[in-house]
Amino acid sequence: MKQQRIDAGPAGPVPWYDPRVRSLFFQAIAIALVFWGGWVLVDNTLSNMESRGISTGFGFLNKTAGFGIIMNLVPYDATMSYGRTFWVGLTNTLLVSAMGVVTATILGFIIGVARLSSNWLVARMALVYIEVIRNIPLLLQIFFWYFAVLRNLPSPRQSLDVGGILFLNNRGLYLPGPMPQEGFGIVWGGILLAIAAVVGIRIRARKRQLATGQIFPAFRVGLAILVFVPVVSFLVAGRPLEWDLPVLRGFNFGGGITIIPELAALWIALSLYTASFIAEIVRSGILSVSKGQTEASRALGLPNGLTLRLVVIPQAMRVIIPPLTSQYLNLVKNSSLATAIGYPDLVAVFMGTTLNQTGQAVEVVAITMAVYLTISLLISLFMNIYNRAVAIKER
Amino acid sequence: MRKMRSIALGVALVAGTFTASSVMAATTLKNVKQKGHLQCGVTTGLPGFSQPDEKGNWTGIDVDTCRAVAAAIFGDAGAVEFTPLTAKERFTALQSGEIDMLSRNTTWTLTRDASLGLNFAGVNYYDGQGFLINKGIGVDDATQLDGATICIQAGTTTELNLSDYFRAKGMKFKPIVFDTSEQTVQGFAAGRCDVLTSDRSQLAALRSKLSDPNSAKILPNTISKEPLGPVVRQGDDQWFNIVKWVLFTQINAEELGVTSANADDMLKSDNPGIQRLLGTDGDMGAKLGLPADFGHKVVKLVGNYGEMYDRNVGPDTPLALDRGINALWTEGGIMYAPPVR
Repeated sequence: MKQQRIDAGPAGPVPWYDPRVRSLFFQAIAIALVFWGGWVLVDNTLSNMESRGISTGFGFLNKTAGFGIIMNLVPYDATMSYGRTFWVGLTNTLLVSAMGVVTATILGFIIGVARLSSNWLVARMALVYIEVIRNIPLLLQIFFWYFAVLRNLPSPRQSLDVGGILFLNNRGLYLPGPMPQEGFGIVWGGILLAIAAVVGIRIRARKRQLATGQIFPAFRVGLAILVFVPVVSFLVAGRPLEWDLPVLRGFNFGGGITIIPELAALWIALSLYTASFIAEIVRSGILSVSKGQTEASRALGLPNGLTLRLVVIPQAMRVIIPPLTSQYLNLVKNSSLATAIGYPDLVAVFMGTTLNQTGQAVEVVAITMAVYLTISLLISLFMNIYNRAVAIKER
Repeated sequence: MRKMRSIALGVALVAGTFTASSVMAATTLKNVKQKGHLQCGVTTGLPGFSQPDEKGNWTGIDVDTCRAVAAAIFGDAGAVEFTPLTAKERFTALQSGEIDMLSRNTTWTLTRDASLGLNFAGVNYYDGQGFLINKGIGVDDATQLDGATICIQAGTTTELNLSDYFRAKGMKFKPIVFDTSEQTVQGFAAGRCDVLTSDRSQLAALRSKLSDPNSAKILPNTISKEPLGPVVRQGDDQWFNIVKWVLFTQINAEELGVTSANADDMLKSDNPGIQRLLGTDGDMGAKLGLPADFGHKVVKLVGNYGEMYDRNVGPDTPLALDRGINALWTEGGIMYAPPVR
């Protein structure tokens, strides 16, 4: 009130003595400076590169790449464009990251819980694992899995042979590839039907438990449906699936699915390394749940497993999620160490070969950085949504 | 790690161009003189071309090409500092001004010459791509390589040549791309690939790094032309001319029979070609912005082209490479330099 009276006073403050006008003025200057700095940087870079005769622009993405890549999830051959090499690299990065996140999480939770085990041996083994793995540089671990393990595998002609179906040698693990024949659509239909049924049963079982207190064995019934329905539809459709078996031809095995050793080494190293950090995060989360919660749960008669699953873990998650997000981000970024062992990830393919063949360092590095930034922000976004879902809701 | 390096170079390129206008005005020669040494980009270690010994002294034909330029400018072949670069980093390092010249086993191609803002200043070694293969596999010719797994070093013309060659022959292959030649050999030794491909001059050196060099052999096929030579930035013709003519001076010196041993005696020669080469007659140095006796310094301190070749990659070295097409044009090769006139 007092303020207002002064503002409305007959003299009135001169605009440049008004704190609001002043702060707006300085903020506008700050923003203008930032934009000007950015513009000068971009403009200078472009004009200087032009004056030095360095090609600029993104036209190179449409030109023929002309080099081979050993592993591609999207169709690729040497006659395709540099733009396509970007997608090949990106999907390979996403593949190893996703595989790494899943296994690191599972392994990390198991080891984190084991670390708190009352069994002395289990707890100590978990401790040793964590302290050894997390204190050795990741790059060395990748080299270890790649070179130390690779050297001990046999050559293609002396492959380890499992029933003529699976083959393991120093070129990779060869699996039979499924080849869906005509009529496989029926099987897909069966799978979708089974998933829908399981979801429906879970919802109904939950409702019934809330309403009547009776427990319906939704898990066991769901599992039975998930196996039974697709198998029946597979038989009804007349077994519309054939297998492409790996066969030794000339130098290597051909046909089937190949898991190359580069992928395996990177996946193992990333999973084991990140799991050691996740284990410590899980331990800290569980320890953060006060002992009274466990005691209360026991007093209600819940067994050990249920106490952990229904009382301790949900509360521990609130502490676990934020640092877990950082570990996921680290894992994705660490996957760029792939270039050291020749796994064709985004950095090796796009920022490696493509950059060198086209020479357009500024564009390629900018695209690559933008991609990692985008992946990381997306992971953060989803983890934040999940975090909000499990966070304490004050009512 | 490599990523960090590449990003650092990328940032350096942007930051460099941010303040570049003043740098552009001053010429490379002036900058080099001001620094008191030549900054030269070389490999991370490739026997015969650029390789540091246990005391950190660099040797090799690419290294000598740099030393010759330093000898021409400063009269001191030691006024060079070397920046080891991977194949991926080399052009960015030169573009951003981190190095004054690149002498790193680099193939002269149209794209590199025309779109990277760089100029190739000549050829100090004519090479071609070949294959190294385990003897046990029983392959004698590259046309039998259908389906082979092949180890290559990233960021080289070899990657493209290989793809072209296999496509033209209707064959398939699986490329395993490593960052450095060291890792490529390790992958080959570990049995990850059947074949290692690289320039033929390198294959001999890489083979010597295997625990049992006799277990592998080099196939007779040469699948590409690889003229290797020093590179400079575009837009500084004086510097381009200096690097170009220092190399020509070495080749001409061999043709005229001037060696590091007889360079001092040759000062008294009455052959006008030798007089112009060594600077006792004419003003060749001044035209390039160099001391008048630059030719004498280059030959005396580093040697002529033949000496440089024999010392680093010739028959008496571990690489044991014959002169072949790298012999002078007067001796059946294609090494030919325009006249000093």
